[in-house]
Amino acid sequence: MDVMTDGNTLLTIRDLRIEGLSGEAWLPIINGVSLHLDRGEVLGLIGESGAGKSTLGLAGMGFTRDGCRITSGSISFDGIDLVSASPERKRSLLGRRIAYVAQSAAASFNPAHRLIDQHTEGPVLHGVSSREDSREDARSLYDRLRLPDPGNIGFRYPHQVSGGQLQRAMTAMAMSCRPDLIVFDEPTTALDVTTQIEVLAAIRDIVEQFGTAAIYITHDLAVVAQMADRIKVLLNGDEVEENDTRTMLSHPAEPYTRSLWAVRSFRRPEQAPAPAGTVPVISIRGVTAGYGADIDVLHDVSFDIHTGRTVAVVGESGSGKSTVARCITGLLPPRQGEVRFDDEVLPPGYRHRTRDQLRQVQMIYQMADTALNPKLRVRDIVGRPVQFYRGYRGTRLLERVEELLSQIELDPGQFINRLPSELSGGQKQRIGIARALAAEPRFIICDEVTSALDQLVAEGILKLLDRLQRELNLSYMFITHDLATVRAIADEVVVMKDGHVIELGAKTDMFSPPHHAYTDLLLSSVPEMDPDWLDRLLAQRGRNNIGEAARLGIDRAAHRQSTL
Amino acid sequence: MSRLIVMIAQRLALGVFTMFIVSIVIFAAIEALPGDFAQAILGQGATPEAVAAIRDSLGMDRTAVERYFAWLGGAVTGDFGVSFSQLSFQSQYGQTGERDVVTVADQLRPRFANTIFLAATAAVVAVPLSLGLGILAALYRGSVLDRIANIGSLTSISSPEFFVAYLLILFLSAANPIFPSISKIHADLDFWQQVYRTVLPALTLTLVVTAHMMRMTRVAIINLLSSQYIEMARLKGVPRWRIIVHHALPNALAPIINVVALNLAYLVTGVVVVEVVFVYPGVGQLFVDAVKLRDMPTVQACCLIFAAAYILLNLTADVVSVLTNPRLRHPR
Repeated sequence: MDVMTDGNTLLTIRDLRIEGLSGEAWLPIINGVSLHLDRGEVLGLIGESGAGKSTLGLAGMGFTRDGCRITSGSISFDGIDLVSASPERKRSLLGRRIAYVAQSAAASFNPAHRLIDQHTEGPVLHGVSSREDSREDARSLYDRLRLPDPGNIGFRYPHQVSGGQLQRAMTAMAMSCRPDLIVFDEPTTALDVTTQIEVLAAIRDIVEQFGTAAIYITHDLAVVAQMADRIKVLLNGDEVEENDTRTMLSHPAEPYTRSLWAVRSFRRPEQAPAPAGTVPVISIRGVTAGYGADIDVLHDVSFDIHTGRTVAVVGESGSGKSTVARCITGLLPPRQGEVRFDDEVLPPGYRHRTRDQLRQVQMIYQMADTALNPKLRVRDIVGRPVQFYRGYRGTRLLERVEELLSQIELDPGQFINRLPSELSGGQKQRIGIARALAAEPRFIICDEVTSALDQLVAEGILKLLDRLQRELNLSYMFITHDLATVRAIADEVVVMKDGHVIELGAKTDMFSPPHHAYTDLLLSSVPEMDPDWLDRLLAQRGRNNIGEAARLGIDRAAHRQSTL
Repeated sequence: MSRLIVMIAQRLALGVFTMFIVSIVIFAAIEALPGDFAQAILGQGATPEAVAAIRDSLGMDRTAVERYFAWLGGAVTGDFGVSFSQLSFQSQYGQTGERDVVTVADQLRPRFANTIFLAATAAVVAVPLSLGLGILAALYRGSVLDRIANIGSLTSISSPEFFVAYLLILFLSAANPIFPSISKIHADLDFWQQVYRTVLPALTLTLVVTAHMMRMTRVAIINLLSSQYIEMARLKGVPRWRIIVHHALPNALAPIINVVALNLAYLVTGVVVVEVVFVYPGVGQLFVDAVKLRDMPTVQACCLIFAAAYILLNLTADVVSVLTNPRLRHPR
């Protein structure tokens, strides 16, 4: 059934309900959400995981993933009813009039074909243009999206192109048929901040240039503030509220929205710096380390971590943050340099460390999902290190596990016999913390512990870590790429790039100019909750001084300095 | 590119090494066999002197290690020695004239060609058929076609091959005399005559190997259908058949190639039973006859050929599936 609509409306979704098959039962994913999108308009969909953002975005394309079904409601795209349209009809729209940009470009490009062949596939199949014309067009799109070497980059395979470039190539591919609507599904979530910013700028430019309407799905409020004209907030498949971006940011109406907005305001009280001459808990001195035969990943890394303080190690992927952690824990013996604990040199490999030395250094991991043994119950996961390091058994052990669970704010009676699969993401991460605490360490390495979590849950974890630090006088090394987290919890900051420590110092110093050029780039690339932030930044720094180009500029400057 | 060459060279070296180990195993196994050719050939009339004379002429008095290296040295140059059963022991009884000596290699050559002919005929039908069926089964997953293909392939894979062979003889030769039940082929026949006589054994082999390859093709493709790049292709409006053939198949090639190679190797080595049933003059028949006669040089040579076929085909599969990986073909 095709309905006439006024000329400006592109997409209308009315009271849409979608269910997903979970085991034997159909569970609701979207409970009656409506949506309206005009031509050339950008709508931001935000919400935490499980809010139904992606499902709703895909439904706007008339597409449901396998195991999902539309139970009621209507989806009308430019007068075409997508719920009742035949698969053939929908297929003729997909790619041609409605396109999709996925979260992980690396996984969404077919590894077996060159970028350009994947780019031209849509236009040729839909009869929009010839292969030759589409290739030409790809080159000009690559150029507009500021990809390096636009004439030739298309002839590479996906694995030969970096993540940020792939994401832009995917945006180009979505544009290949000049669609009326593009659904962007978390296109920058998997990218580093400095890469994210150039992808954001590229997406926004091209959408404006072609007047394409877009649905922009993300969980990052600061990102959506830059991209969207209007914002719709979703929670567990229900709409919370919708408004234009500026109103939404300045006057959120619903308490849930306000709580989302408030997350980034968490600040831990500053601590006074450690007095000069105190012995640090952990001291890393001149560590050089690497994995292969002779390629070093870390170069002469040195920094100290004092009792009761949090040192944030920041840097982009590949900067060597996690490798430092592996050197401290002894998983990767350094080639040169040493790690001291309380001024006592730790043996390089964990096999040579005493049980007490092992006990003092514990780790909490990013993916609580994979860090917990799925076959063990909470009592065993937490009980095992208690038994190993403390030798407790029987009721003594049980009491200690219960005490630890209370410390991480989980009710022992309710959780002690659960399997990891019966816990939420935040609860799993809390169990990960309890397991680290079970050893009664003085020093804990937190490796991206909040980056896989929703913002509200992440905030809870940060607050818990802060409380535990104060109560137990713990020291943390906090590995993260998220500078908002750094601002929230760090006392000191170590900035790493390509295995070198670029800059280190107290947080207040690090967050106020003048900075090292790279720190400045990192800091300025973090989106802010201000709709004009991206414009202002682009005006300030210039188009060619963000992301990859800026990083190369810094490298060149450093090279010039070192050769002088 | 150089990484690729190093990798292929490594595989080749490994293949040669495996071949060497296999030759030791074959030789040792045959050494360990009970029974004695000299005893067997002389039968009731074996006098200790005659037995000793034959053993002597065969070089049995040398140590096993010496004989192994002599055999290996010959095998490498294509000389598998002289077939025991064809040996003339006249020389032992006073006559010295050189008679025509039939070497193992002479015996093997036409038989090997026949076996390869049979395997190739079966492969030419079975490989495209099973890939095609596998792709169709993946494309119409859960449909009647998929189920029929699955049940049919399961049935043929779970029946012993001699049973399949006799069924074919019953229906296509005895009940309806379309094809000959005895596949006596020789070099004088023209090509189509040879093909005609080879139909039944080739069909038997096809039925046996198709199932495995088809099911692997189907599963390898279906496993990829939940990948994000497949979802991306669907969202680009790519038709379903093209998603399977163009987007899934190229990424599913590695496991498929391995299964195809394994089955091709089986076509060469697994033909023993089929050749015997159809009296097909291939290596399998020769092998069975040689075992009956305790003709050790021939048995050893046959084993070595079977092992070489396995190793060579698996090596090829390894290299080819490496070549299908764009990460290795086009390093960063």
